[in-house]
Amino acid sequence: MPHQTEDIEIGLLLEALYQRYHYDFRHYARASIKRRLLQARSHFNMPSLTALQERVLHDPEMLPRLLGFLTVQVSEMFRDPGYFRALREQVLPHLRTYPSLKVWIAGCSAGEELYSMAILFREEGLFDRTLFYATDINPDALRAAEAGIYPLDRIRKFTENHQKSGGRSSLSDYYTADYGRAVFDKSLRANVVFSDHSLVTDAVFAEMQLISCRNVMIYFDRGLQDRAVGLFRESLARHGFLGVGSKESLRFSRHAAAFSEFVPEEKIYRKREA
Amino acid sequence: MSSAPDRAVVIGASAGGVQALLALLPALPADFPWPIFIVLHVPADRSNVLAPLFEAQCGLEVKEAEDKEPVRSGVVYFAPSDYHLLVEENGDLALSSDEAINYSRPSIDVLFESAADAYGEGLIGVILTGANNDGAAGLKAVHAAGGVALVQDPTAAYARTMPQAARQACNAALVLPLERIADYLKGLERE
Repeated sequence: MPHQTEDIEIGLLLEALYQRYHYDFRHYARASIKRRLLQARSHFNMPSLTALQERVLHDPEMLPRLLGFLTVQVSEMFRDPGYFRALREQVLPHLRTYPSLKVWIAGCSAGEELYSMAILFREEGLFDRTLFYATDINPDALRAAEAGIYPLDRIRKFTENHQKSGGRSSLSDYYTADYGRAVFDKSLRANVVFSDHSLVTDAVFAEMQLISCRNVMIYFDRGLQDRAVGLFRESLARHGFLGVGSKESLRFSRHAAAFSEFVPEEKIYRKREA
Repeated sequence: MSSAPDRAVVIGASAGGVQALLALLPALPADFPWPIFIVLHVPADRSNVLAPLFEAQCGLEVKEAEDKEPVRSGVVYFAPSDYHLLVEENGDLALSSDEAINYSRPSIDVLFESAADAYGEGLIGVILTGANNDGAAGLKAVHAAGGVALVQDPTAAYARTMPQAARQACNAALVLPLERIADYLKGLERE
């Protein structure tokens, strides 16, 4: 059956990526990773996934191009405005009681969520006491996040979302338009550490009051999702907050009991006392 | 997982889809033995009313699909707006926020192709009314994996583009008027 052959090829290709480059997609949710690999195969005009594997094993320059397919993430600023409104109205009042804060945007991709969070914290007067960690496994995505430049045609949607999230300022206060691009103010990343970090293979690196990891774990299988949630659990301070994507849930996780639902409709959880 | 159902129905619909599904789903018995997965294109702000709307009309349990949720027989799962819905081979549901395919997220093709991998000849794919080409490649994949391909008769559909494209992509598809589709599904169950 060709279908089984393809499954064997996927397993071997993911194993090759891991052994050769230490990128570990072996426990990603299989249906999505398969779609992405088949897209990459046809984009690179390869007769088979085995041929794609041979190419990436022998040609390191193929790696970033393939990573672009495997980690592609499209987001928007203030995506799901209700989430940011809930942070603003229900979570930040708790965070305000801390003299200093650490916030982790896990799987930050090209930075849309990071800049949203930085603007939210600035509007609420918490920016100066906060250190943000923005992490991703894709170096190209991290570079894009650090640059903070987006096509101007995306700004209308960003602005609309920002308003719906209860924004207290105008989004245009934070960027300058330049040849069809919106360049976000570098002061927004003054307190940001950009770092290569893998939820699959790396460990806890700081104690956080808030972790936001949205639409990242939907790409993991259940075992890997358990590992990531376990990592968040260990990384969170007492009563720390965890936000996940609007259609994600900790309900099917091994660590479900370690969290309470703080804003259930926006998927914001709070770590219970140990 | 051995407890996961070995057959399933996938349905794709777009323009006119709510009405078509209101004709189809309530005609299925409350003890329908397989899960049903549906991608229906609707404006994002209206989608979360789908499950309650159909639940009130159907004997079957109707819900919005959640990520990592184990599939159960006799449950109707709607893809949430702005996410692709996929079925994993272990019988769990999966969501993805990958880019839109043919301007659609959720995409009928993405659901049908993943379900064809997961269920093979146990899958029944149904394309209903719609004004775009989504689902044509998906229905072809359902048939290629040995599953049953059904298309609503385009001449009687609210919008004929989608069923027509599906029939063109998948010549072997059985073309049925909407009111016969539920009977056909019930007939498969008795086989």
